Amino acid sequence: MEPTAHIAAIRFGLGIRQGEVLPPEPVAWLDGQLRANDGPPLPAGFTAPPTTQEGFAAFRADREAQARGEAQPKAATDFFRAEAAAQAALLVATAQPFRERLVQFWANHFTCSRRAGMVGPVMGAYLRDAIRPHVTGRFGDMLLAVARHPAMLFYLDNAGSVGPGSRAGARRGAGLNENLAREILELHTVSPAAGYTQADVTEFAKVITGWSVGREGQPNEPSGSFMFRPFGHQPGPKLMMGQAFDAGEAGGVAALDWLATHPATYRHLATKLARHFVADDPPPEAVARLAAVLQDTGGDLSAVARALVRLPAAWAPLTKLRSPQDFVVAALRLLGGAPTPGILALTGFAQLGQPLWAAPGPNGWPDMAAAWATPEALLRRMEFAWGLAGRSAGTGTALAAAELALGPLARAETVTAISRAGSQREALTLLLACPEFQRR
Amino acid sequence: MKAARRTLLGLASTFVLGRSRLAFADAPAPAAEARLVVVLLRGALDGLAAAPPYGDPDYARHRGDLAVAEPGQDGGALDLGGRFGLHPRLANLHRMYAAGEALLVHAVAGPWRSRSHFEAQDLLEAGADQRMESGWLNRALRYLPPEPAGASRRAMAVGVEVPLLLRGATQVGSFAPAGSTRLEAPLWAELAALTAQDPLLHPALQEGLRARGYSAAVLAGTEPPPGDRNGFPALATAAGRLLAQPNGPRIAALELVGWDTHAFQAARLAGPLGQLDHGLAALQAQLGPAWRQTAVLVVTEFGRTVRTNGTRGTDHGTAGCAFLVGGAVAGGRVLADWPGLADGQLFQNRDLAPTRDLRSLAKALLRDHLRLPAAALAQAFPGGAEATPEAGLLRG
Repeated sequence: MEPTAHIAAIRFGLGIRQGEVLPPEPVAWLDGQLRANDGPPLPAGFTAPPTTQEGFAAFRADREAQARGEAQPKAATDFFRAEAAAQAALLVATAQPFRERLVQFWANHFTCSRRAGMVGPVMGAYLRDAIRPHVTGRFGDMLLAVARHPAMLFYLDNAGSVGPGSRAGARRGAGLNENLAREILELHTVSPAAGYTQADVTEFAKVITGWSVGREGQPNEPSGSFMFRPFGHQPGPKLMMGQAFDAGEAGGVAALDWLATHPATYRHLATKLARHFVADDPPPEAVARLAAVLQDTGGDLSAVARALVRLPAAWAPLTKLRSPQDFVVAALRLLGGAPTPGILALTGFAQLGQPLWAAPGPNGWPDMAAAWATPEALLRRMEFAWGLAGRSAGTGTALAAAELALGPLARAETVTAISRAGSQREALTLLLACPEFQRR
Repeated sequence: MKAARRTLLGLASTFVLGRSRLAFADAPAPAAEARLVVVLLRGALDGLAAAPPYGDPDYARHRGDLAVAEPGQDGGALDLGGRFGLHPRLANLHRMYAAGEALLVHAVAGPWRSRSHFEAQDLLEAGADQRMESGWLNRALRYLPPEPAGASRRAMAVGVEVPLLLRGATQVGSFAPAGSTRLEAPLWAELAALTAQDPLLHPALQEGLRARGYSAAVLAGTEPPPGDRNGFPALATAAGRLLAQPNGPRIAALELVGWDTHAFQAARLAGPLGQLDHGLAALQAQLGPAWRQTAVLVVTEFGRTVRTNGTRGTDHGTAGCAFLVGGAVAGGRVLADWPGLADGQLFQNRDLAPTRDLRSLAKALLRDHLRLPAAALAQAFPGGAEATPEAGLLRG
């Protein structure tokens, strides 16, 4: 099918913004976003991008306040809210929605979640430091940045993982924590299709022992940043998936690079990309094409993004169901005019069961329609539409909004229903709740 | 002991009630204490269903089985004195009518002849013959004395949205009680219909609605929806509570949707009519003694076709009915110059012909209830000099 502006803005973007002029050349418009700068706006109350150190300091402040007997200290919560609201507001406002979708995709691929302690206030820094710089770079660089980031090291418990044969292990009787190693293999890189064993997981866990985070107030430790602890590292060479890796920090870097460029990793990433952007059950030839591009370019994420928008299947009718976050963002972009769009979006995400940066597990939010098309979730989605339409009625006609949002994708019966609605609010609700608006 | 307590309490409340009633009867309430509530029925209420003119020989002929039965019959209208009745879902309104606190105005319309919901609603709220950025009620507000220090803003939108009616230069409050933002059954039905061809969304939506008590028959429109008491009555309860406060607002606007009954009208009207009726009762209950100083104007953008359409509903029409309710209203009567429903009497051979102007009702409320000067009426309804305030709508 011919590339069209509406499919570009919905499948690859975040929905059409109020007053947006659709691009005449959809593929060129998408390509251009891959070359664009990525400068997320600062959270409210900050004059520079918040650092992991500041995030952890908010945690400490809460702990100390609690020790003083304060009932409900909320420095960390406020810190998280400011970061989350800035990210949500960016989703609603961005003129580079494809780039932002890629940020969301990779952040979900490498899920960290505030449901684990310490992680919430550093989620903003995690996206800025580990994800954003690499969405159009090399996959291996992103993997390394993620594996070294305090958010991930705390989320999947590697910060305290100690080699049983290391000096720290011998002294304290501490030991391995396999969590990060297992998830890197299972979720982030080769996936179980590669046929690794429990022994490989254990070996890889040993490879990255000592990958940790500097403590506050310790001499020779970079507070709140990545550090390699040689005394916690398991000595000696390791054998993972038939591959030998040296002792030391360099062994971990080599192992991550080997995993990042493994053919099984490329197949896994290609499948996830195609499932996210094309269809729940993507055509095998689309997956094969993306895997080949990753293989040929050594994991160039810009190249695979360009290949993605050139897949014939990427211009087929939209069948994916918008996740709750996608839906709320698309609705707010279309209606515009909210005084605090970030807060409104965060509230909507939570109401519809997909709170920001709070995925239930390291496998992230589901990317299949069945997970989101549950009865109560759909009713709540429609009620959210109703509530939002109540705030937005009077900002223009619903028919014009339908033309802008859906263009040729709107079915005649939807247009008829909108034009016959008894009030502007009902008309907007029908638009936001119609089946076409649920698709991307 | 228990009985004694109850007696004491009973005496005390009677005393308070008696004293306030006396006070109001002796001196007319100053305009600053008068309560005005405007209820916007968005979607075009069918005046011939809400207030059936059962005495008109052509009514039953045009409406067929959509006609509300005559009073005394099963499911029949609640009689308003021999010619008109109220839909059986409007029992509280009927009670207020019997108490002399509700007035039915029939064959009434605004000056527009547009059958577009959005255009007509905008004009109804703007109070002008063209679209404006402010509403007539807001433009009238500036003629009220300023609210005392520490008091709420004089006027308040009760609901998620501030309607055009209250938008404008004078700042107004807004408040939406929790639970008042639920979708109404007719819109659920329409959403279910819109997803009918969708193999993923339709079954899930059906299942979700079933779990909430909306049966297939309700969604098909062949049965009225389950009583949803959380929508408009919650708004009206909140409005009444706020208006009753000593430092609360004195003017409120509310809205209720679900009136656009193009299909299966008999079933689909039952829900919204019940909501309206329960809402009016809630308003009265919450206002307590202040009900005596209250006038509620219930209006819609236009009426609906006299004849039924091919889907057991009615289409967009012209004149319909309005209600004026409250302790300050000289009610218990029907205000209508009935144009008749014979074929030659219909407006453009399809609609109830308008013989009264909605602006005359609104102007009367501004002049005789809020006691605003003529300048306020002219500001509120620019270019509407031909619509003179209706005399005698309010008690002395």
